[in-house]
Amino acid sequence: MPVILPGQFVQVLVHNSPSTFLRRPFSIHFVDYARNTLKLLVQVKGEGTRHMGMLAPGDTLNLVYPLGNSFSVPASHKVLLVGGGAGVAPLMFMGDFLNQKSIRPDFLVGFRSADEVSQVEEYSKYGKVYLSTDDGSMGEKGFVTQNPVFNQSPLPYDRIYCCGPDAMMHAVANIAAEKGVACEVSLENYMACGYGVCLCCITQTDKGNERVCIEGPVFDAARLKWQSNG
Amino acid sequence: MADLNINIAGMQFKNPVTTASGCFGYGEEFRDFYDLGLLGGIFVKAVTGSNRDGNKYPRMAETPSGMLNSVGLQNKGVDHFCEFIYPRLREFNTQIIVNVSGSTIEEYVKVAERINELEGIPAIELNISCPNVKEGGMAFGVVPSTATEVTRAVRDVYKKVLMVKLSPNVTSITEMAKAVVDGGADVLTLINTLLGMAINAETQRPVISTITGGLSGPAIKPVALRMVWQVFKAVKIPIVGLGGIMNATDAIEFMLAGASVIQVGTANFIDPMVAPKIVEGINEYLDRHNIASAREIIGALKVC
Repeated sequence: MPVILPGQFVQVLVHNSPSTFLRRPFSIHFVDYARNTLKLLVQVKGEGTRHMGMLAPGDTLNLVYPLGNSFSVPASHKVLLVGGGAGVAPLMFMGDFLNQKSIRPDFLVGFRSADEVSQVEEYSKYGKVYLSTDDGSMGEKGFVTQNPVFNQSPLPYDRIYCCGPDAMMHAVANIAAEKGVACEVSLENYMACGYGVCLCCITQTDKGNERVCIEGPVFDAARLKWQSNG
Repeated sequence: MADLNINIAGMQFKNPVTTASGCFGYGEEFRDFYDLGLLGGIFVKAVTGSNRDGNKYPRMAETPSGMLNSVGLQNKGVDHFCEFIYPRLREFNTQIIVNVSGSTIEEYVKVAERINELEGIPAIELNISCPNVKEGGMAFGVVPSTATEVTRAVRDVYKKVLMVKLSPNVTSITEMAKAVVDGGADVLTLINTLLGMAINAETQRPVISTITGGLSGPAIKPVALRMVWQVFKAVKIPIVGLGGIMNATDAIEFMLAGASVIQVGTANFIDPMVAPKIVEGINEYLDRHNIASAREIIGALKVC
């Protein structure tokens, strides 16, 4: 496998269906070079992910990877990784990457309810885990932004890395800005190619329209205009 | 190994496979995947008179066997192109054709004049068929008189090979083809995207920001083949054919219908390696049918 960095993504080809014409982008969930394995975390949402869910061990999957930029390497050890729903995908890989640099990050992960919560024990191998569910069926009740982690003042972090729904990332970015903490977000815009030529996945930044697939998916949250994503 | 060389309007293509404007960036993005010298040519992304930010996100909707896009000609303008992009394009060992777009005849003329000065760019493709900009674009390509007018104005200043890309969003494609030939075009490219629309029933909203957009992919191939065939019978100048070509068989079909050269567009988004695979597939087809040259299948459709 080539060198892959946390935050990068793959484009997956889903065969045999006229309604899954384009590839599907997924964050890379984990890379194990020793075993030559790459993991994706897939939430079944539509036709494409439903087909992927039916794959059996030994089946082959056509991927284009690694694509996009990656999370920065933090300058200090005080790091918070925030994920929501399927957006938690790149955090495991980032946690492992940080551990190899002798950094134990804190994780804050949010899900809609207890039955969607997964892999909390896995995350705890890499750092301390805070958990929120929208309905309070597990961990703190409410969105990740309502988790007591964010009640601390000043926040005991120098950098926040965040991936999840746009509204969640925007809210986390706002808190980070208020508290003076650097924040990077990983955007999940709709894209066709994934390698910079179709110009469909753009987001508005302080430099104008930038491609989420090439200049991103990871952006310094302070550079984003946010309004482009509705 | 069959002879894949194609010569149109005095331009030599080492094979009939080129990549479509807007689907291949400026070529550089594909250098990680293969040697661009394997291609017959590259039609680079539309260049306009000045910077265009393009349309708002979302710009894309996946549709059955295709996609709808509304990028809106995002590019940094002709000055930026000449200064920063053109020098890099010169490294590629293939024909480079620049797609030229605008909102007014003056803008088309201005861009064409600038590109005319660039050594190593043997042709432009005049884009009078973009459905995704408010003013100009497709408006020039759906009325025969204005299509003739813009083509003639560019013809007057552009001294190399002038290709004109036609819109399928017309009642009579042959009438448009003849209008552009009257204006002085050397080559016709067809088809651009079909104007389409996608709706999200749950949110009761359009999927893309501009409500309507350009449909591409295999969904439009039968329309494109029909138009290439009709135009091939109606005019004498060479045709560059495109519209949903995903593989070598599709490419062969366009050549049988009358295309001398083909463009691969949306397929580049699904398989970044598809274009050189199509070159190889055309060669295999010709060998299998004992056809010595790719030129022999142009317009060779058997209709009786």
